[in-house]
Amino acid sequence: MPELERHSFDVLVIGAGGAGLRAAIEAREHGMRTAVLCKSLFGKAHTVMAEGGIAAAMGNVNSSDNWQVHFRDTMRGGKFLNNWRMAELHAQEAPQRVWELETYGALFDRTKDGRISQRNFGGHEYPRLAHVGDRTGLELIRTLQQKIVSLQQEDHKEFGDYEERLRVFQEFTVTDLVKDGDRIAGAFGYWRESGRFVLFEAPAVILATGGIGKSFKVTSNSWEYTGDGHALALRAGASLINMEFIQFHPTGMVWPPSVKGILVTESVRGDGGVLRNSDGKRFMFDYIPEVFKDKYADNEEEADRWYTDQANNRRPPELLPRDEVARAINSEVKAGRGSPHGGVFLDVSTRLPAEEIRRRLPSMHHQFKELADVDITAQPMEVGPTCHYVMGGVEVDPDTGSSSVAGLYAAGEVSGGMHGSNRLGGNSLSDLLVFGRRAGAGAAEYVRAMTDRPVVSEESVTEARATALKPFQQEGGENPYTLHMELQQSMNDLVGIIRRAGEMEEALQRLEKLKERAQSLTVEGHQQFNPGWHLALDLRNMLLVSECVAKAALLRTESRGGHTRDDYPSMDAEWRRKLLVCTASGDGVAVEEKPQIPIRSDLLDLFDRTELEKYLTAEELS
Amino acid sequence: MSYQGKFRVWRGDDSGGALEDFTVEVNEGEVVLDIIHRLQATQAPDLAVRWNCKAGKCGSCSAEINGRPRLMCMTRMSVFEESETITVTPMRTFPIIRDLVTDVSFNYTKAREVPSFAPPKDLAPGEYRMQQVDVERSQEFRKCIECFLCQNTCHVVRDHEENKEAFSGPRFLMRVAELEMHPLDTADRVDQAQDEHGLGYCNITKCCSEVCPEHIHITDNALIPMKERVADRKYDPVVWLGNKLFRRS
Amino acid sequence: MARAEIAARTLRTDRWWLPPLTTFVGLLLISIYAAFRTFQGDFYWVDQYHYLTPMYSPCLSEECLPAASHFGQPLPALPGFLTPPVVIIPFLLGFRITCYYYRKAYYRAAWASPPACAVAEPHSKYTGETRFPLIAQNLHRYFFYAASILLLINIYDAIVAFGTGVGLGNIILLVNVGLLAAYTLSCHSCRHIAGGRLKHFSKHPVRYWMWTQISKLNNRHMLLAWTSLIFVCLTDLYVALVASGTISDLRFIN
Repeated sequence: MPELERHSFDVLVIGAGGAGLRAAIEAREHGMRTAVLCKSLFGKAHTVMAEGGIAAAMGNVNSSDNWQVHFRDTMRGGKFLNNWRMAELHAQEAPQRVWELETYGALFDRTKDGRISQRNFGGHEYPRLAHVGDRTGLELIRTLQQKIVSLQQEDHKEFGDYEERLRVFQEFTVTDLVKDGDRIAGAFGYWRESGRFVLFEAPAVILATGGIGKSFKVTSNSWEYTGDGHALALRAGASLINMEFIQFHPTGMVWPPSVKGILVTESVRGDGGVLRNSDGKRFMFDYIPEVFKDKYADNEEEADRWYTDQANNRRPPELLPRDEVARAINSEVKAGRGSPHGGVFLDVSTRLPAEEIRRRLPSMHHQFKELADVDITAQPMEVGPTCHYVMGGVEVDPDTGSSSVAGLYAAGEVSGGMHGSNRLGGNSLSDLLVFGRRAGAGAAEYVRAMTDRPVVSEESVTEARATALKPFQQEGGENPYTLHMELQQSMNDLVGIIRRAGEMEEALQRLEKLKERAQSLTVEGHQQFNPGWHLALDLRNMLLVSECVAKAALLRTESRGGHTRDDYPSMDAEWRRKLLVCTASGDGVAVEEKPQIPIRSDLLDLFDRTELEKYLTAEELS
Repeated sequence: MSYQGKFRVWRGDDSGGALEDFTVEVNEGEVVLDIIHRLQATQAPDLAVRWNCKAGKCGSCSAEINGRPRLMCMTRMSVFEESETITVTPMRTFPIIRDLVTDVSFNYTKAREVPSFAPPKDLAPGEYRMQQVDVERSQEFRKCIECFLCQNTCHVVRDHEENKEAFSGPRFLMRVAELEMHPLDTADRVDQAQDEHGLGYCNITKCCSEVCPEHIHITDNALIPMKERVADRKYDPVVWLGNKLFRRS
Repeated sequence: MARAEIAARTLRTDRWWLPPLTTFVGLLLISIYAAFRTFQGDFYWVDQYHYLTPMYSPCLSEECLPAASHFGQPLPALPGFLTPPVVIIPFLLGFRITCYYYRKAYYRAAWASPPACAVAEPHSKYTGETRFPLIAQNLHRYFFYAASILLLINIYDAIVAFGTGVGLGNIILLVNVGLLAAYTLSCHSCRHIAGGRLKHFSKHPVRYWMWTQISKLNNRHMLLAWTSLIFVCLTDLYVALVASGTISDLRFIN
């Protein structure tokens, strides 16, 4: 057995997207020796795909905006299931986090008076999204990456070593967390390049691994999104909440087949794009739910006036929260009014001059031109729902990002609660920054207050190694690619955008069988850069997390946000008071109900009573 | 609609390798990366390839297709004849790891050598004011997805391994230009560009601009303006003569 | 660690050698023509219509035809085989040779460094523009200043030629200075000096406007480089043919 590579750090950050990098910066600035572990190259994380912007109530474009309004929008978007404390912190701190990016070198689009420009987005009452064209995620990741480099340069100046206090291990996969008793003691994983195993000893681990979209067939997520952090947390004894809530972004590409699911930014609608069915009808007017009737225009004239006069008109229904729009598109397609490739038409070409489209939506223009041969300045796009984001994740303490396991933290998409049952566009990037920073600080405080450091036992290392090598040890088993495709198909068809009890029960049966078959996966070749092996290990995580999703979805007998039940089509105020908590159990998971913490009264006072009546029970209102 | 396409893919590692022939199904609307994935799933499960977003936004799947540096996810199969044999090879300029995956650490090393953004000390977060016309030049450079195709295609390092020490490559000279043109950056980056990052090695043959998947005008908007700034500083004959005459160093 | 073992110099399947070859042949033909005309020392002035070829303008030495010397003859007669253009050609040539477009063109076409993108160059060493002589490429802007003065003189020549009426030659001279002006203005150094060197465009709206206009021209720098170069030769050829009496000028007025 080759010698094991070992490293020792104070704080380990798993994932190098927005949340992971922001957490690493914070931990390092608190004086912690910090390592960032990421599956891709540094700077390639899925955050780069974010297009629209970062929601922060800076009030640069409309000075009526403030954190209270942002808080209200977030709670409404999440159908009041959000962890209110997270929503409060998020709304309060987002502006600071955006301004901070400017000190790292970010260059946002500007207003006339030189401040950060802000754009409209679905569910946000005022123009609120700081952006750079439609490539805001790239700006965010590059800015944080460059900030990390600048911290490394400081270390180089001081110690002669760039990596003295902050080191990035790229193309590295963590397979298991290691514990010492009840506490986190480190992480075990392998270099993707060489397949060599590495043990990291660290008292604090921050999960920032993003989402789980790769368990679904049609998704905007990249291969990295295999629910690693969710699964690592489960196996380490932490709990996940809200796993039934999965956001299907209403507008993904539907053609050509190879790019099906790739995102079409919501900014297309924010900047005037409209949705039409095959009859040429702007169908969204037929889908305005009761709770939103007073905020959204019910006729085209008013909707069109809104783009120039937002004070005196209601917003167009194309800008309803994502779950509403996704369901509407789904219904239109099912009713036979879809586009040739099974989507609907999203048209901005008749709404804006070509020059303006190229300026405001350059990467969309490029993406459609290059991948679909469609010129969006002259033709409509074909779009349909795509699995985009998981609202559920590790249950954390809002202020510190700490999970129920000592030393284990989570931030960003892998954490749960912030977005309730549905996330608003633009709230993801701000979530990454606000809670990335808080988790970094939380982990640093934990390490600082610690009196004795945890120790990694040899048994746990041997066990982790054996688990990781298992696919090589067996012969005659199945190809991981086949299993993965079946998993994606099952989740897409049976636990997708519209759910039914019978189908979800079938999904759970299929998952059981897949789990069995996964026990005997076989991988060819050797450990060096072997994608088959990587997938085999990722499958373990995807299966575990998919089970959480399916079980929780089956239990929640209502429709809310990113969870739509055909057999329980309406929202139930009693269910708002309950969270579904998923924990590891045997070789699978168990899901249990848990009461939701009541919203603090001064935050409740921010809403009209008539609005609260739509969401809260009579008992809560009295 | 769908046909059997002929492919030659380089397989091997740093101890050697060769082009291997494959016949793979190709469907309408597919890109080269789809074919590589199908190859992986059906014929060569251990074929190493680096990719991520599959939408031309992350810059991971850089390779050379029929000898031209390109992103595999943005190269549509429809640009080739059905009878054509398509050759896919790893980027040449960087050390090979395996198959289509190269070691791009050269770029991360160079990134660290560019001093970071230096904001004015008296501005607090939230007080930054910049005009749109002033940020646009740097914004163009910040579209860079770091696919490193420009670094790969630049003959200064592609054909001359020994220049890697002295030359940072178009990506990082552009980063210097980005900071130089940042309206609030206070550092002086002109001498640095020439002395530390090897701007003088660039002979503006524009291959970096040709291969850029983001269509950034690297040469015209970043490299040449930096060369002109260097000329302002270093090659003004009057200043040069003065320095010679009065022996200023 | 080693690079991937690929023996072929390039795996490109297109005709990558065609553009550098075209460039090379084009530049060679023009150089031969220009050298021939320079050392011919004749047929550069059409006395009847006051046409002066741009290749001989300004004509400053004592062997110049007096009428063609719009700015006098401050220089003595040139020795040996030297002809009047050798005084100005270093500046014109210098401007084009140090031009950022032509550098690309001849580095690729004449020096194969590289011959085309992703095609290995034949040289074992490369230092680019870091040392003598190529470091002198940095003097481009001073050639730009000189070329601008010569351009003004060409414009003057084209205008004074109208003193005798209007013929095809006048139109040709006019189009020629138009193209030369567009090429000169589209120069990267000009773009830099006009506004590119500023850190804050917003504080200099006029220079920003000039910069945006020059940037538009600059996008077509290659096209302007070729059209102006070819048209200068055609202009010269026309003047030479009229001056030698081979053809007669097509007159519109007079």
